[in-house]
Amino acid sequence: MNQTTNEPQGQTRGGRTGRLIAYGLIGIIAICLFFAPLLFPDVRSQEVAARICIFIVLVASYDLLIGYTGIVSFAHTMFFGLGAYATAIALKQMGPGWDAVIIGGALGVGVSVLLAALVGLLSLRVKAIFFAMVTLAAASVMAVLASQFSDFTGGEDGIIYKVPKIFSPATKLLTDENGKVLTIFGVKANGKMAAYYFVFFGSLILYFLMLRIVASPLGTVLEAIRENEMRAEALGYKVVLYRTAIFCIAAAIAACAGILRAVWLKYTGPETTLSFAIMIDILLMVVIGGMGTMTGAIIGATVMSVAQFYLKDLMQLASEATAGIPLVPDLLDPDRWLLWLGLLFILLVYFFPAGIVGTLARKGHHP
Amino acid sequence: MTPASLRIEDLTIRFGGHTAVDAVTCAFQAGELTVIVGPNGAGKTTCFNLISGQLRPSAGRIFKGDRDITGLSASARAKAGIGRAFQLTNLFPQLSVLENVRLAVQAQHGLGPVIFRRARSFGKLRDEAYSFLEATRLAGVAAQPVSALSHGDQRKLEIALLLALKPDIFMFDEPTAGMSVDEAPVILELIEEIRKDKAKTILLVEHKMDVVRSLADRIVVLHNGALVADGLPNEVIALPLVREIYLGMPEESAA
Repeated sequence: MNQTTNEPQGQTRGGRTGRLIAYGLIGIIAICLFFAPLLFPDVRSQEVAARICIFIVLVASYDLLIGYTGIVSFAHTMFFGLGAYATAIALKQMGPGWDAVIIGGALGVGVSVLLAALVGLLSLRVKAIFFAMVTLAAASVMAVLASQFSDFTGGEDGIIYKVPKIFSPATKLLTDENGKVLTIFGVKANGKMAAYYFVFFGSLILYFLMLRIVASPLGTVLEAIRENEMRAEALGYKVVLYRTAIFCIAAAIAACAGILRAVWLKYTGPETTLSFAIMIDILLMVVIGGMGTMTGAIIGATVMSVAQFYLKDLMQLASEATAGIPLVPDLLDPDRWLLWLGLLFILLVYFFPAGIVGTLARKGHHP
Repeated sequence: MTPASLRIEDLTIRFGGHTAVDAVTCAFQAGELTVIVGPNGAGKTTCFNLISGQLRPSAGRIFKGDRDITGLSASARAKAGIGRAFQLTNLFPQLSVLENVRLAVQAQHGLGPVIFRRARSFGKLRDEAYSFLEATRLAGVAAQPVSALSHGDQRKLEIALLLALKPDIFMFDEPTAGMSVDEAPVILELIEEIRKDKAKTILLVEHKMDVVRSLADRIVVLHNGALVADGLPNEVIALPLVREIYLGMPEESAA
C-alpha cells in the first residue's frame, strides 16, 4: 500500500542508492588501481592493473562518441594504434629517450587528429550506418598497412624496443640509506613501479580531461545532437562541425592511450593495439558500464579485464574442485572460458540493460 | 517603403511528381502578425520548413531584409535571426527542461564550442534560461527530464526555446495544438507580448478560427501548395473561394 503511494519518491531514492553503490564501486576500483603495485605486486596483476587504466581512457573516449554524441565508429583502435605505433617506431629509431616518446607521441596524436578530421568532414554528414562502414574500412586499411610496412612496423611480429631508463626494472626509484632500492611493504620501488605510475597518472589526467569536456557547454551540445540532431541544427549549432570536433578529440585521447600502452608494454604489434578484437572489447566494456556515463567506463573496463584475465584461473579451480562429479568438470574446463564469459555478458545485459552505472542511476538525474 | 523583413519569391518544392509548395511569393513586414491558414496538406508546414531551412527549395528565393538566405543552412538561418517553434514536439527528451532552454541561450551567445569550463559555472546563462522558463510558466519543472513532461508543458517548452533564441522573425506552427483550454491562453499572451515589439515579425500557422480572428493582422491562405488569398482578416474570411475551400467545412462554420 505504502509503496504504491510513495512510488515517485521511492524511485528517486532507489536512484540515489544506486548511484551511491556505483560511486562506492568506483572508489574501491580507484584505490585498488592507485595502490596496485603494493597490493598486487605479481607481474600478471600489474599487467591487469595497467590494462584497466589504459582501457578506462580508451572506453571513456569511445563513449564520448557512442554514448554522448551518438556516433558509431569502428575506427577507435586505429587511433589507439597510431599513438602506440608512432611512439614505438620513434623509440626504436631514436633510441630509448624521452625525446622519442614526446616526438613519437606528438606525431601519433597529430596524425590521428588529421585523419579524424578528414574522415569526419567527409563522412559525418551521411547516415550513421554509412559512417560506421567508412570507419570500419579505414580501420581495416590501417591494420593492413601496419602488417605490410614491415620494415617500419615489424609486420605481424610487431616491434620490441627499449623505453626511457627510468622505467627499466633495474632503476632505483627510491633508495634506502645503503644505496639499495627501497622496499615498501615488500615491494621494490623500482622502474617497473615508475612505469605503472606513468600509466596511472597519464590515464587519470586524460580521464579528468574527459570529465571536464562532458560537463562543459560543448558536452551539452553533444547530448543535444544525440537526442535530436535536427533541432540542434535549428537552434543554430552546426552539427557536422560539432561531430567532427568530438571525433577529433576522441581520436587524440585514444592516441594518448596508445602512447601509454606502448611505453608500458615495451612491445607494439597488431594484437596489442590494432586488432578488431580490441574494438570488440571496447564495445563490450561500454555496454557493460553504461553508455553515456563517464563512470561506466571505469566499471566496464574493470569487470571485463578482470574476467578476461582471471576467469580461466577460477575455472581451473572449479574444475578441479568438482573432479568427482560427471560432466561438470568438463563444462568448467578452462578451455571453455569464452563460453562462460559470453554467459556472464548475457546476464549483465539482462540484469543491467542500461549498463551497470546506467541502470543503477537510472531513476535519478543524469550527472 | 522599407524592405520587407522576410520575403519569399516563387518558392517551390517538389517531392517526386508532387508539388507541395507551388511558386509562392509573399512578403512579411516587421511589426506584423501574419496567420497562414489552409486545409491539411496545403503546404503550410512545408513552407515553414523551407523558410527555416529544414528543406531546400526546388526553385525560388528567400530574403531576410536585403540578404538572400536561400543557400544558408538551418543553423546559419537560426543565427541570422529566424526562429522556429515546431508543430510536432521536437525537443531533447532525455535532457532536463532547464538544459533544453540553456542550449538555446548558449547557442544565442555563441558559447557552444566552449570546452574547458563547466557549463554550470555560467550563472548568467542559467539565469537567462530561468527567465524564459518563468515566462512560459515552466520554472516549477525545470529539473525534470523533458520525457516526463505533459504534452502541454512540452508545447510551452517549444515556445521557451524559440523565445531564448531572440529571433527577429518568430515562426509558430500551431502553438496551441493539443493544449488544454486553460493552457492555451498562456501561449496567446506570450505572442501578444512579442508583437508589442514592432521590430519583430510573426508568422503563425493556426487552425482554430477564434485564435486566427483574435490575433491576425493579415491572413494568407494556402491551398494545394499555392497562395490563393492574402489580405486583411475580414476581407480574406469573406472571400467566397476561401469559404469554399477552407472555412466552408461544416465543423468550421459551426465554430
